Amino acid sequence: MAFIDLSRNEIQAKLVYYGTGRGGKTTNLLYIHESMSKQVCGKMVTIDTKGDRTLFFDFLPLSVGKIMDLSIRIQVYTVPGQVMYNTTRKLVLRGVDGVAFVADSLRVQRQRNIESLQNLAENLQGEGLNIKEIPLVLQYNKRDLTESNIPLLSVEEMEEDLNKELRVPYFEASAVKGYGVYETLREISKRTIKNVIQKVGGQLER
Amino acid sequence: MQVVMNMILDTSHMTNLATIIDKELLDAGADHVLIVDVTGNLIMERGSLHMEDISSLAVLSAANFAATAEIAKLIGEDDFTLLFHKGDRRSIHFSRFGKEYIIITLFDDNVSLGLIRIKSGKAIQELSSILYGNEGRQRWPL
Repeated sequence: MAFIDLSRNEIQAKLVYYGTGRGGKTTNLLYIHESMSKQVCGKMVTIDTKGDRTLFFDFLPLSVGKIMDLSIRIQVYTVPGQVMYNTTRKLVLRGVDGVAFVADSLRVQRQRNIESLQNLAENLQGEGLNIKEIPLVLQYNKRDLTESNIPLLSVEEMEEDLNKELRVPYFEASAVKGYGVYETLREISKRTIKNVIQKVGGQLER
Repeated sequence: MQVVMNMILDTSHMTNLATIIDKELLDAGADHVLIVDVTGNLIMERGSLHMEDISSLAVLSAANFAATAEIAKLIGEDDFTLLFHKGDRRSIHFSRFGKEYIIITLFDDNVSLGLIRIKSGKAIQELSSILYGNEGRQRWPL
């Protein structure tokens, strides 16, 4: 749900990074947080367990410029990827305006990626949203491991598994190294804000 | 299933919200008041505290409500409409109104919890008529 405050000419929209556990959602946010200017990016909040797994969500507020004289504030969240935390994922998805799905390129995660995307579709449906209509991009993370001996899925395989029907933009990325992170964020932000403006455009006439 | 809708508030709405918050809560001694929605959007803030992490406060408050709603279900309730956290010097009172909004009041130990509860209740009745339209007041409790 986007919130538009016309007294301050400001739009707030909600982006969620979704995907399997240990796929790199939090690492995406950490990279953005560490590399962006503090004028653009607020304080990152993370609620994790003792290890490195997200318990509830991570949250990062961003101010990303203006459109139609409205300042854009984007609230970026991650969900916990582990299967058992589905109730939490549903809570975080509430009022979502756009989704970046972070898929893990490790071959052993192939089935989990597919299941996580199905789980996203089901949880969006629970919110009255259709995965084929909501602003969505895919990120194929951990591509930096191509040069290692770890078996990875090819981009073609990932496209076949995840994007055959959706046909949304995808980005090869390494959240640890930082490549593909901004491309993903830029595209999903652009699509989300465009979608919000289209939906509320008529009501913005003053 | 409840579909969350986009919301647009204009300057007169915001001015009216601010007037109610000032009159009912800040004049009663509260330090700072926020109105947020259950998805974590900060709708407005008023008060004397300078907080850089106001977005985080809004988001975590919404998450706090969502988490305690799950506790409520375990004991046969739909959710809890009121939460209170007591600190050494400053305390925080959360009250949900309607299905979508939360009013968050920060106050120090010079102000009693009872007063904040009464004043929040009054503020909510008036805020509802703005955030839920003219019928909001009559629909309270929503």
